[in-house]
Amino acid sequence: MTGVLAVLEQFEGKLHGMSYEALAAAQQIGAELGQPVYAAVAGAGLQQVAAAVAAYRLDKVHVVEHGLLADYTADAYTAALKQLIELHRPAYVIFPHTYQVRDFAPALAASLGRVLVSDVIAHRVENGALTLVRQLFQGKMNADVRFEGDGPHFASVQAGAFRSENAIKAESGGSATEVVTPVLEASRIRTKPLERFRESQRAVDLTAAERIVSVGRGIREVGNIALIEQLAEAMGAELAASRPICDNGWLPMERQVGSSGQTVAPKLYVAVGISGAIQHLVGMKGSKTIVAINKDPEAPIFEAADYGIVGDLFQVVPALIEALKK
Amino acid sequence: MKIVVAIKQVPARDSLLKVDKSGTWIEDADLSWEINEPDAYALEAGLQLRESAGGEVVVLCAGPDRATQTIREALAKGADRAIHIEMSHGASDPLALARTMAKALETEKPDVVLTGLQSDDLGYGQTGVVLAEVMGYPHATLVMSVETVSGGIRVKRELEDGWFQHVEMPLPALLTIQSGAAKLRYATLMGIKKAKSKEIRRVEAETASAAPSVRLERIYLPQKTKRSQIFEGTPQETARQLVEKLRFEARVI
Ligand SMILES: Cc1cc2nc3c(=O)[nH]c(=O)nc-3n(C[C@H](O)[C@H](O)[C@H](O)COP(=O)(O)OP(=O)(O)OC[C@H]3O[C@@H](n4cnc5c(N)ncnc54)[C@H](O)[C@@H]3O)c2cc1C
Ligand SMILES: Nc1ncnc2c1ncn2[C@@H]1O[C@H](COP(=O)(O)O)[C@@H](O)[C@H]1O
Repeated sequence: MTGVLAVLEQFEGKLHGMSYEALAAAQQIGAELGQPVYAAVAGAGLQQVAAAVAAYRLDKVHVVEHGLLADYTADAYTAALKQLIELHRPAYVIFPHTYQVRDFAPALAASLGRVLVSDVIAHRVENGALTLVRQLFQGKMNADVRFEGDGPHFASVQAGAFRSENAIKAESGGSATEVVTPVLEASRIRTKPLERFRESQRAVDLTAAERIVSVGRGIREVGNIALIEQLAEAMGAELAASRPICDNGWLPMERQVGSSGQTVAPKLYVAVGISGAIQHLVGMKGSKTIVAINKDPEAPIFEAADYGIVGDLFQVVPALIEALKK
Repeated sequence: MKIVVAIKQVPARDSLLKVDKSGTWIEDADLSWEINEPDAYALEAGLQLRESAGGEVVVLCAGPDRATQTIREALAKGADRAIHIEMSHGASDPLALARTMAKALETEKPDVVLTGLQSDDLGYGQTGVVLAEVMGYPHATLVMSVETVSGGIRVKRELEDGWFQHVEMPLPALLTIQSGAAKLRYATLMGIKKAKSKEIRRVEAETASAAPSVRLERIYLPQKTKRSQIFEGTPQETARQLVEKLRFEARVI
């Protein structure tokens, strides 16, 4: 049992952005462990994707082709990848922590009697042993985790933990690819995926805003949102929010920033009463200048912030509105 | 329709956390506790499903004694009865937990099992999917809504980037519920009263599996790596400093 296998995600012939991060992770971990590095991609009609993956330095690209993999289902993906893993016996299997991976990778690992280490943010190799770091308590704590016993060992890596530009390209000619056809039966696929759709058109385009003031659960009540609106106005900024605010219906969904909302990169992003969970951070960490206002000095948002005020927003925000008028 | 909802008790959201002596868990004696947020939405989805399709809602919770409080709250909101797997605190791995949960459900044969998408403490985002695998149920994750259709159920799943997808599947099935799908109900006084006499079946957790495939070595506060400028002082002072920086250093306002 040897090698590090990156399982990449594609949709309609295009690699998911986080697939490159998983590639970079596998290459880095493989190099540190002194083990070969493989990639696998599953679907139907994969010639183009296969070529894109083969452009990276890999010991082999497994192209898992089957008509029943055309539309993603957890059952078909789990069965197909299980067969691949049993055949090639990699020591480590690395996924990007995407929504799709959340949907099948835990079952795949469990079907082989293993536990997936999910949402990994960092790693280190000491004496040939791999330690993975993941977050607990919504980013307030870290945990070091190690694998026990024989592989295959499974891990998924958090968005942004590894950088896609670090993925190493193959020298001329590209890496070797091998098409594998798993044995799948339509009758074993229990879920039936229907059309993908988007809810209403977005009336607010936060991506065009130069400045954004974003409000989180620290605001406590819907009635207090007016205070943040005043701040936004004083700064000439658009109003945005974390997910719980939109879940509660306090602001419309289209103002949500994060992995299930909009991804923004304004000149200025002011996070008020937002803790800084990773699903929020991925939507705004590209902002040029980030300000956090939070009463908890340990809140993970401060790690992303250029400027921070530790304090009660109900005191800080009115003072800020005053100061802006001067 | 028999609906099982897995609920977990987690530290209240604004808790200040300290690592305990073992180095692998937090000091949890003085914390306050609440239901894991997505699980509250899973419970709501379960109650609504019962209202439309009939049947009963059974809550399933693994945790120490104190979890009884969270179980009672779920019963007060309208769950019919509960199964409490008695387990000490701390980090269990999702496979071991799912096996224990499946065992506790052996005699129940639920039509639908609902879990939250992810726990606020361990944050594996896995227990539901692993439980489906262990029980041999089909599953769907990130579910926003559920309706019954001929031959099973149809769910609306959240995908990345503002996309959604409907998925159909036969019963029995397991769904992991995403927050925000519905408006949460409050417990009524009547509900709270009734909850006191509802059944809580207690089961003992099995001893940990012989050969876990992962081990949690230690937990710790994340190290700060970014040098942010943090302003402290009176609100007026900090506000003035920040505005100055934004105007003259960052030049963004
Ligand atoms: C699959 C998935 C997708 C998700 N997608 C998104 C997404 O797109 N966007 C998103 O935002 N989240 C998303 N989430 C949810 C995310 O994990 C967090 O739960 C959420 O971002 C937390 O929002 P919050 O920071 O407003 O609330 P909390 O985490 O509750 O934080 C509130 C903060 O306010 C502070 N506070 C409280 N009172 C005061 C006060 N008086 N003054 C100052 N500060 C105060 C507290 O210290 C705390 O830090 C997603 C989760 C999952 C699992
Ligand atoms: N100890 C537990 N008791 C009951 N349900 C749990 C427990 N741990 C996890 N779950 C369920 O599994 C979901 C996902 O948890 P996790 O895999 O830890 O992120 C939670 O939202 C709960 O519905």
